Amino acid sequence: MAEIRLTPAETLSKEPKRWIATLIIVLIAVILLAWSGSALESNSTGGSGLAVAKGIILGILHPTTSILFTLQANGVPYLLLETMCIAFLGTLVGAVISIPFAFLGAGNIVPKPVALVFRVFVMAVRTIPSFVYGLMFIMVTGPGAFAGLLTMSVCSIGMLSKMFIETIEDLDKGILESLSAAGCNTFDKIRYGIIPQLMPSFASTLIYRFDMNLRDATVLGIVGAGGIGAPLIFAMNSYRWNDVGAILLGLVILVLIVEWFSSRLRNALMRG
Amino acid sequence: MKLYDRILPPRSYTLDNGKVVVEKRSRVPLVIVLLVLATVISGEITGFRLSTLLGRIGYFFVMLFDMFPPDIAYMPQVWTPLWDTIKMSLLGSAIGALLCIPFSVISSENLISNKAVTTFFKFFFSVVRTLPTLVVALIATYIFGLGTLAGTVAIAVFTFAYCGKILYEQIETVDMGSHEALEALGMGKLSSIRYAVWPQVLPSFLSTVLFCFEGNVRYASILGYVGAGGLGLILNEKIGWREYSRVGMILIALFAAVVAIESLSSFLRSKLT
Repeated sequence: MAEIRLTPAETLSKEPKRWIATLIIVLIAVILLAWSGSALESNSTGGSGLAVAKGIILGILHPTTSILFTLQANGVPYLLLETMCIAFLGTLVGAVISIPFAFLGAGNIVPKPVALVFRVFVMAVRTIPSFVYGLMFIMVTGPGAFAGLLTMSVCSIGMLSKMFIETIEDLDKGILESLSAAGCNTFDKIRYGIIPQLMPSFASTLIYRFDMNLRDATVLGIVGAGGIGAPLIFAMNSYRWNDVGAILLGLVILVLIVEWFSSRLRNALMRG
Repeated sequence: MKLYDRILPPRSYTLDNGKVVVEKRSRVPLVIVLLVLATVISGEITGFRLSTLLGRIGYFFVMLFDMFPPDIAYMPQVWTPLWDTIKMSLLGSAIGALLCIPFSVISSENLISNKAVTTFFKFFFSVVRTLPTLVVALIATYIFGLGTLAGTVAIAVFTFAYCGKILYEQIETVDMGSHEALEALGMGKLSSIRYAVWPQVLPSFLSTVLFCFEGNVRYASILGYVGAGGLGLILNEKIGWREYSRVGMILIALFAAVVAIESLSSFLRSKLT
């Protein structure tokens, strides 16, 4: 019997030879990257980039404490509260809009073609960049937090309906059959058969989306739709890097805290 | 939660065999009260008025209806920015994904035994992830000048943080048996990671990167707003000039590109896993 040697070099030499496939994939990747590198252009100001970067980073690292701890309407705490309110109500309104879309887009509830139409519609809603929605809503409500809230809700529809559709398509129909066998009416079936199946997953999606909305809230500021984004962009455009530092510090801390809470809540929901 | 149980004491039942079973009261009323409270407070602060919304919602569609019919003759001028957006997100995603690999390896608890190091790098990933992409893009335009380079940097930073977090979570859940076996055979740390851990995480990592790339194409269209190149630049310009039929054409082009990239990437991802 042949002697079996188990040195790493021996074993590695027995690895299947797939270098041609690997080479082709790497080649395609390199060509794609080189091609996309051709688009790189910047109207550089000529070598001063490093100095600018140093100034910005120094400024951000020395946040203005006066706006960080004041409770007035232009202080960071109030702006953060407003941003949180926008994200919260935005998620809620978005959920209210996306639940009907989710039921209409689920292949096991409505016929397949109808579901496809609603899915394409949701995808189209998702493609329009958020600042375009922001501008549209400002025409409805005027600039301010209200416009931001509505923008958040429309931007949430895409992801929320997509996740809701997946949950609805995973519904276990056996439970509904056994409920009707036990003599339940439609209302009982919804209350005891459908809601308990959907609720944990829906709630978990909503909490996750709240998290994302809080992060994206800065986008709204650039069109003047309320929240902490507008002061942040103004401060950046006028090179007040210390104020930028203060706002960013508040935002980062808030997002980290909310993320910690939301991941704990979602873990608790998953375990039931 | 203990306080809640004290205010509303658990209901107890006595079974036929004399055993006492305790059922805790449902948490649903508490959750509902908290949600209603939060809704009312948020409504006050944001100035939510249903009457305004219902009365003036028509104005929302004014701009939307002006976009139709889209100006097809404008399409030739859309191609270059559209390709720029796609190239920006492709290059940014690739740079971010490559950069995050070493950082994820040193933030995985099962590969690095020093807890302080892993915690520090995990915290670093979290902080980078909370930085808004738009802010990163704006800062990048100050450093690298206006143009696609700034947008690429912003996308790379976002991809770095997003893919890095998912990669270290995946590395922490791999089967460490083969890694141990290779180390027992006398392989060094790096090569045992290369031959035991890397093949286990590679397919899902590639699929994460593709998913991130999909999202980046959509996100790159916003970056133009701060001057970081791509489709957002002309989008912002045409909105400013109220040429809504051209805006409609840009949005349709973006939609087509996103659909094409999403179907390609979901096909590739289905091959990977």
